[in-house]
Amino acid sequence: MGKQYQTEKTGQPMNDMDALIIGEHSFHSRLLVGSGKYRDLEQTRSAIIGSGAEIVTVAIRRTNIGQNSNEPNLLSVIPPGEFTILPNSAGCYLAEDAVRTLRLARELLEGRNLVKLEVLGDAKTLYPNMPETLKAAKILIKDGFEVMAYCSDDPIQARMLEDIGCVAVMPLASLIGSGMGILNPWNIGIIIEQSHVPVIIDAGVGTASDAAIAMELGCDAVLMNSAIAHASDPVRMARAMMNAVIAGRDAFLAGRMPRHHYHGDPSSPTSGLIELNEQ
Amino acid sequence: MNNIRVNGESCKVPGGWRVSDLLLDLGHIGGRIAVERNGEIVPRSDYEQVSLQANDNIEIVSAIGGG
Repeated sequence: MGKQYQTEKTGQPMNDMDALIIGEHSFHSRLLVGSGKYRDLEQTRSAIIGSGAEIVTVAIRRTNIGQNSNEPNLLSVIPPGEFTILPNSAGCYLAEDAVRTLRLARELLEGRNLVKLEVLGDAKTLYPNMPETLKAAKILIKDGFEVMAYCSDDPIQARMLEDIGCVAVMPLASLIGSGMGILNPWNIGIIIEQSHVPVIIDAGVGTASDAAIAMELGCDAVLMNSAIAHASDPVRMARAMMNAVIAGRDAFLAGRMPRHHYHGDPSSPTSGLIELNEQ
Repeated sequence: MNNIRVNGESCKVPGGWRVSDLLLDLGHIGGRIAVERNGEIVPRSDYEQVSLQANDNIEIVSAIGGG
């Protein structure tokens, strides 16, 4: 399962101290991945290994009564001992339902309290309901959870989430599962500039350049699911995303050259040329 | 027998059954699941103590693939 990618799991940013700190946790990888929409559990694991991700989101759903309980379980292919499992409240439309779902998740994961809060406001766009998200976040934080909150790209809402104690704010690049990339880099830029907790792009990434752009903007990490799972070759795309996030982070840390809008700037010396014909 | 709801479906269970009896019957013992009874978490350590009452609303969940 994905062995060739395991051995190629090389890249960390040049600065080994460049850890991603979320709440009380520290990570090397700045790519967070979902576990949904894969062909089967084997492909799920291969892609996740290929991505180099340490944090993997899962959904919480009713068990199927009457179904064979011996069938392979997601957590047997992405064991909590090997990955940081990040349960989400995807599919919830009310704060109360999100809180219940994440309390069940904490029980399921033996007390681990790092969660992804997602409260939706609309079934067509899956746009987040920010008043309900804020309400749920307050309850969860009071109850001892470390809340990573999926949110709109509105800097004021993001600041409110930080102010009430969320450990990360996770604005959408574009609609969940849309693959449309970062539609409003300026808003994301404002959120990055003002935030004192990690800013993680969550939702909307379509391909590797989208992830690189997010990191070049200065995002702390990128979370994606469909971009990998719905690629024709998910395992290869997982590796592409790993490399894009590393490249984007390095480019951000390196500091890009200034843009010259109206003139060129030769890379070669302008003197010492052979005798040229007059122009 | 008591009428209860499990994951939204009505069912009858013998009087005196505990949460652990229900989980055993459903084949969930030892699995990675979590249980809620009438909106409150039932901690794993309480499965053998908490008895099922008529009209209880039980939710049993597990982790599945998701973003």
